[in-house]
Amino acid sequence: MKQLLSFIRKEFYHILRDKPTIMILLLMPVIQIILFGFALTTEVKDTRVAVLIPENDEATSRITERINASAYFDVVNIIHSNKEIQETFRDGNAKLVVSFESGFAAKLKHDGVAHIQLIADATDPNAANSFTFYMQNIITAYQQEIMGQFKNPYQITPEVKMLYNPQMISAFNFVPGVLGMILILICAMMTSIAIVREKEMGTMEILLVSPMKPIYTILSKITPYFVLSCINFTTIILLSVFVLKVPITGSFASLVVVSMLYIFVALALGLLISTFAQSQVAAMLISGMGLMIPVMLLSGMIFPIENMPWPLQWFSNIIPARWYISAVKLVMIQGLGFSAIIKEMAVLSFMALVLVAISMKKFKVRLE
Amino acid sequence: MDKVITASNLTKQFGHFTAVDNISFEVERGEIFGFLGANGAGKTTAMRMLSGLSKPTSGVGKVAGYDIHTQSELVKKNIGYMSQKFSLYDDLKVWENIELYAGIYGMNDREIKEKTDKLMHELNFERERDLLVGSLPLGFKQKLAFSVAIFHHPQVVFLDEPTGGVDPVTRRMFWELIYKAAEDGITIFVTTHYMDEAEYCNRVSIMVDGRIEALDSPMNLKKQYGAANMDEVFQKLARKSQRTE
Amino acid sequence: MYAIEAKNLYKNYFSEKSGKFAGLGNSKTQYNTNLNSPSGDLGVGVSFEVNEGEIFGIIGPDGAGKTTLFRILTTLILADKGTATVNGFDVVNDYREIRKCVGYMPGRFSLYQDLTVEENLKFFATVFNTTVEENYELIKDIYQQIEPFKKRRAGKLSGGMKQKLALSCALIHKPTVLFLDEPTTGVDPVSRKEFWGMLKKLKAQGITILVSTPYMDEASLCDRIALIQQGRFLNIDTPQNIVNQYKNKLLAVRSKNMSKLLKDLRSNKLYENSFAFGDAHHLSVNSLEFAISSLEEYLLKCGHIDIQITEIQPTIEDCFMEISRDVARRV
Repeated sequence: MKQLLSFIRKEFYHILRDKPTIMILLLMPVIQIILFGFALTTEVKDTRVAVLIPENDEATSRITERINASAYFDVVNIIHSNKEIQETFRDGNAKLVVSFESGFAAKLKHDGVAHIQLIADATDPNAANSFTFYMQNIITAYQQEIMGQFKNPYQITPEVKMLYNPQMISAFNFVPGVLGMILILICAMMTSIAIVREKEMGTMEILLVSPMKPIYTILSKITPYFVLSCINFTTIILLSVFVLKVPITGSFASLVVVSMLYIFVALALGLLISTFAQSQVAAMLISGMGLMIPVMLLSGMIFPIENMPWPLQWFSNIIPARWYISAVKLVMIQGLGFSAIIKEMAVLSFMALVLVAISMKKFKVRLE
Repeated sequence: MDKVITASNLTKQFGHFTAVDNISFEVERGEIFGFLGANGAGKTTAMRMLSGLSKPTSGVGKVAGYDIHTQSELVKKNIGYMSQKFSLYDDLKVWENIELYAGIYGMNDREIKEKTDKLMHELNFERERDLLVGSLPLGFKQKLAFSVAIFHHPQVVFLDEPTGGVDPVTRRMFWELIYKAAEDGITIFVTTHYMDEAEYCNRVSIMVDGRIEALDSPMNLKKQYGAANMDEVFQKLARKSQRTE
Repeated sequence: MYAIEAKNLYKNYFSEKSGKFAGLGNSKTQYNTNLNSPSGDLGVGVSFEVNEGEIFGIIGPDGAGKTTLFRILTTLILADKGTATVNGFDVVNDYREIRKCVGYMPGRFSLYQDLTVEENLKFFATVFNTTVEENYELIKDIYQQIEPFKKRRAGKLSGGMKQKLALSCALIHKPTVLFLDEPTTGVDPVSRKEFWGMLKKLKAQGITILVSTPYMDEASLCDRIALIQQGRFLNIDTPQNIVNQYKNKLLAVRSKNMSKLLKDLRSNKLYENSFAFGDAHHLSVNSLEFAISSLEEYLLKCGHIDIQITEIQPTIEDCFMEISRDVARRV
């Protein structure tokens, strides 16, 4: 028994005297509670809505007001033509478009019936279900109100149209996320571990004291993982298309291009991590915890970015996975082409350049 | 004559490879017994068997009165162990390390406190008592590690190349600690690559290819092999090795 | 031109983990129990030269600064102060040139554990822009001993074999200067002896060798040596000169009870500089004031029998201990 106690005490000493570990162990739960409690939510809140109003009239303004007043929604744009609907979704400006038919108020008054179309981005089917449900409630409430006021049986029938994922397959939403996570994990973690292993084994010393240019060492570490990642990418796509039935409705070429770019960013990230990780275990922890958790929580793969408080939204901008996942969704699910993902490509290219520049600078020609 | 270690036909096989081939010997209480041999000759395997860490394939052995095959846990309780690789915890203080190991070997608090005070005084470590072991120079660490290994006054202490890389003065101070322990009745079983240290032993055994090729006092071995010192004895014997590993 | 030239090399690490200063050159260290330097000497680095074709030994215990020195000379780390050249190239500015023409064997024989003997050799050959065949003559003697195991993974070799492989890999591109950092540590005496035999053969081919070791007996196998302790060179000279510089008389003292002998010697202030040295105790005495007869008398009085007292030539180890003692006393 005494043995057990002394050992337990010793283990406590080890933990307490290792400041970095203790910080992680005690801070992590706090951060997670705050994140999950306040910031990350799948609740419908301030969902961005665009309203298509062919001509302004009393009813449409009222309903629009109600929508805006609701805590669930935020009217971000008022559009006037069908063409703008596609643009709205493509640019990610809104998740839902409320489309009033032409002459809405008049039809309501005279015919007692008017139509509203709710066009939802069903990439995330669960979210789509939620906000169309809430929207329908608002409309019904308005309907009740005017019925009560004017003592006429008014009827506003909302027609729901789910875009991009008419069958509401949840795989649509997580395939891009999985791609984003797996690629960054493999490339960054494995690359950094491979380079640090050389340092740990002591063979890095011999390689440095040789005519071999350090760039060759780097390239030789990166290449196998690049190849592996391409294989993984292919596997995931094949499985998604043929087994999960997630189609690639957009340009396959753009998907490949943006994926290659993303892999490159991930490799550069791995390189950067290797320049300051002192041991393989450290490299693994930094890539694992430092990458996986932000990617899972803040890249938009599980929790919608729009629902996050703005500091986190801002932070999510520096996570490469966020841009990649967004590009993949646009191509695979919304069926768009190269021009739609220019922004994402530009951001990823910029990240790649910056990471490579920093890594090259930090890559030591000497041991210290 | 009290035999604190006895080994009869001890053998250890790993698959087809016989690491330790039928060795037999005895060590008396209070003896300083040197266990020499080239790398790969089977020394480490033999020591592992004797310290209860590994079960022999065949043969019998007794350490501190307990059978190494069937009573290995009791063997472990009654021995001390120190090696170059195994050392104290760098992020624990000097006295914390002592307390930990003493506790593992079942000493009670009062005993531990008394003995710790005594040890600190003897080693002149009073200033260093509260320091983290990691901050001590190698020589201090070695001495401390040895003292911790014998803190619970075991019957035998196994030392695996304890003085590797240490400076000459500290090396000798270390051996003086060994002498003192032997005088206190602790049997010392030590392996080393420093041939001059072989001279400090009462008797020395030299393993070649898994077998004990020589076992006697340094003086007798030198006479037997017509050698001026133990280094020459070793060279003559080890050259016969077939085991090119 | 010297093969290696170092001027005032100084490197001070504050080791976070151990909380003490370590490195090369005179610095105040917390545990300078032997070597407290007067403050005027602080900041002075080490200097020495190695001639072409020499075997130069850096002899000293762990933590003395050997590896730091090697890493500075092989351009792996930068010194805080001082300069050094290898083959005339500066270690800071011309490091690329140095890295083309030196061979380096760091401690722990850094090899790729999961590559075979053959694969390791081939790999290092290509790293140095050459092939195994091109310079095979140079490593033939060494490599032939491990050739039977060429398909075995390096991780499964014994210490002696790893040593030979590591040496082969360091020589594969026919370097002009060889840096060997503790190549014999942890290896058994037989392999150690063989290794030094190989070094002598390499010297005969004109290769300059800088080798470090904690084993003082290997010092006599070098052309010149530098004794190093706690970051400082205690002496630089040929082994024979160092032995000749031994100030005192050295005696080997034996009796039937060696353990009691040591105690009795130590307890007498006249004979306090006595140390166990294998089969005899070495006693260092001031030659002028000493008489063997009075020592014998003293020992007889203590009850010793079979007393033997002979004057002997000091070994490097004796010199090392004397010098470090003197430096400690200078404080």
